[in-house]
Amino acid sequence: MTPGFKEGTKTVPSNLPCSRKRVGAVEWREIAKSVRSAGGRLFALWGTDDRDRDTCFRVFAVYLHSSGVAVVEHEMEGGTKPTYPSLREYFPSALRMERAIFDLLGIKSIEPDHRGWLRHGGWPEDAFPLRRDFDCNNQFAAASAPYPFVQVEGDGVHEIPVGPVHAGTIEPGHFRFSVVGEKVLRLEERLGYKHKGIEKLFETMAQKEGHRLAARISGDSAVAYSWAYCAALEAATGTICPHRAVQLRALALEHERLANHLGDLGALGNDAGFAFGLTHFARMKEDLLRTNQASFSARYLMDFLVPGGVASDLPNDAPRLLLDRYRSFEADLNAMRNTYDNHAGVQDRFRETGILSQETAYNLDAVGLIARASGIPHDLRSDFPWPPYDKMKVKVSSQTSGDVAARVAVRFDEVIESLRICRALVAELRSGDIATVVPDAGPGLLGIGAIEGWRGPVLVALETGSNGSIRRCHPHDPSWQNWPLIEYAILGNLVPDFPLINKSFNLSYSGHDL
Amino acid sequence: MINTLSRMIRTGILTEEVPRAPKADLPIGNLQEKVRKILGRALCIRHLDAGSCNGCELEIQALNNPYYNIEGIGIKFVASPRHADLLLVTGPVSVNMEEALKRTFDAVPDPKLVVAVGDCGACGGIFGKSYASRGAVADVIPVDHTVKGCPPSPLAILQAILETIQTTA
Repeated sequence: MTPGFKEGTKTVPSNLPCSRKRVGAVEWREIAKSVRSAGGRLFALWGTDDRDRDTCFRVFAVYLHSSGVAVVEHEMEGGTKPTYPSLREYFPSALRMERAIFDLLGIKSIEPDHRGWLRHGGWPEDAFPLRRDFDCNNQFAAASAPYPFVQVEGDGVHEIPVGPVHAGTIEPGHFRFSVVGEKVLRLEERLGYKHKGIEKLFETMAQKEGHRLAARISGDSAVAYSWAYCAALEAATGTICPHRAVQLRALALEHERLANHLGDLGALGNDAGFAFGLTHFARMKEDLLRTNQASFSARYLMDFLVPGGVASDLPNDAPRLLLDRYRSFEADLNAMRNTYDNHAGVQDRFRETGILSQETAYNLDAVGLIARASGIPHDLRSDFPWPPYDKMKVKVSSQTSGDVAARVAVRFDEVIESLRICRALVAELRSGDIATVVPDAGPGLLGIGAIEGWRGPVLVALETGSNGSIRRCHPHDPSWQNWPLIEYAILGNLVPDFPLINKSFNLSYSGHDL
Repeated sequence: MINTLSRMIRTGILTEEVPRAPKADLPIGNLQEKVRKILGRALCIRHLDAGSCNGCELEIQALNNPYYNIEGIGIKFVASPRHADLLLVTGPVSVNMEEALKRTFDAVPDPKLVVAVGDCGACGGIFGKSYASRGAVADVIPVDHTVKGCPPSPLAILQAILETIQTTA
């Protein structure tokens, strides 16, 4: 049972055990407090405009706790200044989500930081895109919107502004460093540059096309997001996917984890001045992408998952090709891990750099890979395994040092475990259908899809509208929780170590900015 | 050290032959000479993400892997727009990146080339135009060439780059 839930609980259609409760303002905070004291975590937070239905705005908080997922909803009258109590006291990561909710919906949490987060002056201050009366196609001239960064004062302190355009093939965001000499005293992030109105865009789409947009929330997590979307829709409509489709989805998800971890392991070697690492991992990643092309007909699986199953089947010779590939990867990985572990220069850069202690990680709501590198071993594939992971007994990697070396080690552990899962999936692949028909869901249903992507748990909350339309869809990326942690991991480190630390987190800008 | 060296030797050189620009049957050697004649040095590319989903970035990064090895044919990515000849732009242009894109474009010295990458960069893609997105790159800055795909393969991006140099040079 959810901590703090007593009565009035309903189950929610989801691929995970999920319950839901409506609460008043007092209970909104009390439940947060109970979840926190029972060791639960904040999963996602969003708002909706339901004034057309019952004159109310609503906020939804989703928690992960020991027995599943809990959706808590709180409604407020849509008067001139709708407000709700902040969850920041119990879950600090709620702060940025609450600022985003204000930018998009105009409902305020009762807390002191009201600087814009996703709105940079691209639309008027009194226009709120996620309100029902706001037209998605409205275009506004951008106005300048100065952002008051927190100033650090003292002898010899100076600021280094970085971004939004960075020196490399990476996504845009702004970092404001306050430094003394080479040491970082404070880092403040400003994100939102990639906001492209994804949530509003969902509302213009049919239920059966939403998976395509979901796959493009964060391109490196296309499978995780499109699976979460499909899981939400399939749960809401009571659709059961064919077994083969479920196995192929898991195979695609593990390939996505492999591709990203291989890329990161190479880039981390490179940021530590070890180009050999970059070259070899880049080669392995390319080999994997070419295997994807041969097996799934695409290098990146943007459109592989569809509601009800998958879009294409494996060619007949794919199992043999895949097993060969996994075998050669495993040998390469063990050798590369050995090389990294025994390279004094690399270890000198990796160890004790960018430490995120277990205590800080816990207090600031770390999730996913970053939490696992700081001694918080949670993974949805093991905590609440949905098919086919219920048969896989996924071994969760856990490291405790919380530094760059730990985040490298988690990636090594996870690629090896992924290869084991892939081999098992291929060996047990059953013949059969790869998709089934999904009916339109009736209006007013809420479905929750939650999938452990390579970064951590992603969530898609889908509320259905009439005639197969989407009324509201909120996707949530683990980067929301993990971005603020970099501000802590960098403290006391040297400015030139920032690229290495940032890469070891490798968070999504696009998935966060929506 | 010995392990690293032995791995290098065992792996060998993986770099593949560069695709020819599709419209002209010009050997790559000539193209390289042409680039050198016009620019007097390698072609320098600055990539700018104007709001993409980060899918195109993954394929652009792949151009540097040993299979494509674009530095081997005299093309390199640079950190500053001031060092660039060609701007490679991804994404639908988000409203919040519009100014940064314009300023980056202005910072590239003339004469300059712009290639818009991916379905979104080429025509707005699934995001199109909205309150938060200006759509295609060409709606914000002048574009010389586009390459479609979601995301386009590294080869497609490389071909577009070669074609842009060839038609302009």
